[in-house]
Amino acid sequence: MNGPIMTDHPALEISGLSHRFGARLALDQVSLRVGRGEFTALLGPNGAGKTTLFSIITRLYSNRSGRVSIFGHNLQHEPSAALAEIGVVFQTRTLDLDLTVRQNLAYHASLHGMGGRAATERIEYLLERTGLSSRAKDKVRTLSGGQARRIEIARSLIHAPRLLLLDEATVGLDLASRADIVRIVRNLVRDEGLSVLWATHIFDEVEEDDSVYVLHHGKIIMQGRAGDIAGQAGHVTLADAFRALTEDANQETSR
Amino acid sequence: MSTAVIQRTIGLRGYAICLGGIVKRELLKFLNQKERFLSALVRPLIWLFIFAAGFRNTLGVSIIPPYETYVLYEAYVTPGLAVMIQLFAGMQSSLSMVYDREVGSMRVLLTSPFPRWSLLLAKLLAGVIVSVVQVYVFLLIASFWQIDIPPLGYIVALPAFILAGLMLGSIGLLLSSQIKQLENFASVMNFAIFPMFFASSALYPLWRMREASELLYWICLLNPFTHAVELVRFALYLQFYPFAFIVVVAVTLVTFALSALAYDPGRGMLGRRGGLGE
Repeated sequence: MNGPIMTDHPALEISGLSHRFGARLALDQVSLRVGRGEFTALLGPNGAGKTTLFSIITRLYSNRSGRVSIFGHNLQHEPSAALAEIGVVFQTRTLDLDLTVRQNLAYHASLHGMGGRAATERIEYLLERTGLSSRAKDKVRTLSGGQARRIEIARSLIHAPRLLLLDEATVGLDLASRADIVRIVRNLVRDEGLSVLWATHIFDEVEEDDSVYVLHHGKIIMQGRAGDIAGQAGHVTLADAFRALTEDANQETSR
Repeated sequence: MSTAVIQRTIGLRGYAICLGGIVKRELLKFLNQKERFLSALVRPLIWLFIFAAGFRNTLGVSIIPPYETYVLYEAYVTPGLAVMIQLFAGMQSSLSMVYDREVGSMRVLLTSPFPRWSLLLAKLLAGVIVSVVQVYVFLLIASFWQIDIPPLGYIVALPAFILAGLMLGSIGLLLSSQIKQLENFASVMNFAIFPMFFASSALYPLWRMREASELLYWICLLNPFTHAVELVRFALYLQFYPFAFIVVVAVTLVTFALSALAYDPGRGMLGRRGGLGE
């Protein structure tokens, strides 16, 4: 705990995190910080290590080196307190298709020890918030991709986490649904002070003022404000800058 | 909304809610899969009505405990077939773990703040409840045949079925932690389910095995499935078989502890192998 103010820990703080699958180094000395109430984008091409990073933050497996803490709770020493603060939307679809929307949400509430009226009210509120109250009794199988994603966001918020992790949440969605998802999440940051780590490889989901980390071959190769990164080295857009960065890194690794 | 009071507890009530939620999900999924239920039921009934009926005259079963008279072959195989349902259910729930891992709902389960062993235990109990329901439906149908189980036996055997289910579920859980892909489950059928079922006392009494081959007899005796079947067989006839009880409890504890270790994020195999759904 070497933050300047002991009581004001960032939502997520990762330092010196490395992870190895056999001989392959999937993450190499990754350090990353998501401030409270901040939208942070994790940009990286497929295979950069984003999903591995998410697996470690959600404690699917432990990091062997480095440190992960969530609102000051070290993931290894206080896993329960840390996990209670996290809501996750995984890249793969993780709803039970043959259960109804409400059954899915109630199941998730129970995984966090929430039952009875408290859970029911929270579920109704979130369904309304994501605009899907009318589909509560429908089986998930009958929902569109965008609607299923919105349910997954609602689900991730049931236990009122303060940190929301989204791994390529818009992948495979059409433009309108993508915009919907981005809007819902940005509203949550603005209205409710939620902290968000948003992994993506789509640049137009990132706004100028967002804090951005660029992950490539398991390494953070660039960090800063999106607008600044784009402006660096004379690139006009973040996309140009990103392409240039990852190409450089490719050449370096092949050398 | 951020000021809303969210009631969530990791205390005892929280554990109960979490367990209830996991059991409810398993039951709902089970009710949605009528074919699975049907095939789980048809399998032992075919054994009972066709196989056992055919062997009735060739396989006499002499008086051995817990039986007090000569019994029909159908009566002899019924306990074994009931536990076979649990064997399949246990392996199927391990199949669902592998499948869950692939579609990711296992990942969701593991993000719960409850200790991981308790989540695995809840999942295990949920599977046992589903398997016991299937067993009693089978026993109900079988009771129209000449099985001659004393009525009280059905109640006395309930704890035995729960223990047998826990043991077979734990074995399945351990297997699931070691299987990475769904295709490999076919080999689990071949290398786990069939040998466990056939090399046991489910279809023939062990003394008959011994007449055929001493080696086979010992293999059957080392097979935990044999002891689950015997525990149930004795319980159905209102007797307690301490040795089988000890074996079943011990195997359950050891395999569950090993699977809890395998699913532990720090020590388990997941991190080293590339983990779930990578």
